[in-house]
Amino acid sequence: MKSTQQDFLSGARDSLPILLGVVPFAMICSVAAISMGLSSFEAVGMSFIVFAGASQLVVLQLMGEGALWIVMLLTAWVINLRFTMYSAGLAPYLQKEPLCRKIPFAYILSDQAFGVTMSHLANHSLANAAWYFYGSAFAVWLTWIISAIIGALLGSLIPASWGLDFAFPLSFMALLFAALKDRPTVIAALVGGTSAIIFNGLPYNLGLILAATLGILAGMFAEKKLAVQK
Amino acid sequence: MKELPIWILFLALAVGNFALRFSFIYLFGKMDIPNWLRDALKFVPASVLAALVLPALVYSEGALDISLNNIRLLAGIGGALVAWRIKNVLWTIIVGMVLLWILQAI
Repeated sequence: MKSTQQDFLSGARDSLPILLGVVPFAMICSVAAISMGLSSFEAVGMSFIVFAGASQLVVLQLMGEGALWIVMLLTAWVINLRFTMYSAGLAPYLQKEPLCRKIPFAYILSDQAFGVTMSHLANHSLANAAWYFYGSAFAVWLTWIISAIIGALLGSLIPASWGLDFAFPLSFMALLFAALKDRPTVIAALVGGTSAIIFNGLPYNLGLILAATLGILAGMFAEKKLAVQK
Repeated sequence: MKELPIWILFLALAVGNFALRFSFIYLFGKMDIPNWLRDALKFVPASVLAALVLPALVYSEGALDISLNNIRLLAGIGGALVAWRIKNVLWTIIVGMVLLWILQAI
């Protein structure tokens, strides 16, 4: 076997434990899309084209609230700004790769593939680090698509009376608590959340963008203040 | 919702996502991630997610309702406890939804 193939396979294999988390999340995205009135085909299409779960859920919730398109797009992109950090982290390993591989594998770059790849590379030096990432990214992507299809099949069986729209804030809540790492992030959440309640009356969910911005600024400010105190 | 616009929305989302994912892989050696962006990124998930969650819990049918009558708030607090303790999306949804159904029934 070629060494590139071996690294691809070990990337895929090392991703297996994390795939357990990908399966339900992809299924939730499909079920959520269908509960908002999308067809099964549209639900799977969304997961296939957009391929970024948290932002998909946000767009679906905002769609239900009749938000402006620009608000949906901006909110989704802000949530996905973290990809630039992953992109910067992986860039040195992909430097010598051709565009015909960089482009498709950038397209399927995920939180999970980034996490698996970077933690592996921190402890091992590989001849083909790029291929290790490709293996991980592909495993996550394939699992995501298959789970999205299964979720779409299940989603069409769930009646609207179950109040599944409540699953949106619940899923964001789980992601929120995972994001609270220290005092500045807690302050960012408190300011963002409180401002969102205050500005909830603004039209087209513009209050969301305003509140998110205030929360981010508050977090940055708190971090600076705390750093000075130390 | 009409067929065409929703696919254009997906496409617009995808183009933006791809630009973010490809950004520094493409720019490597030409430009590094700016410091202000790195600093701001740390607070994006906490701020945005809190801004999405809190209004959904404290507003009931368009009006601010912080009371025991607001069952979504109560179920949400239950879900928050699970989210805080085990940080798992699926379990938070399961516990929160079950609480909501129980509160609806009583």
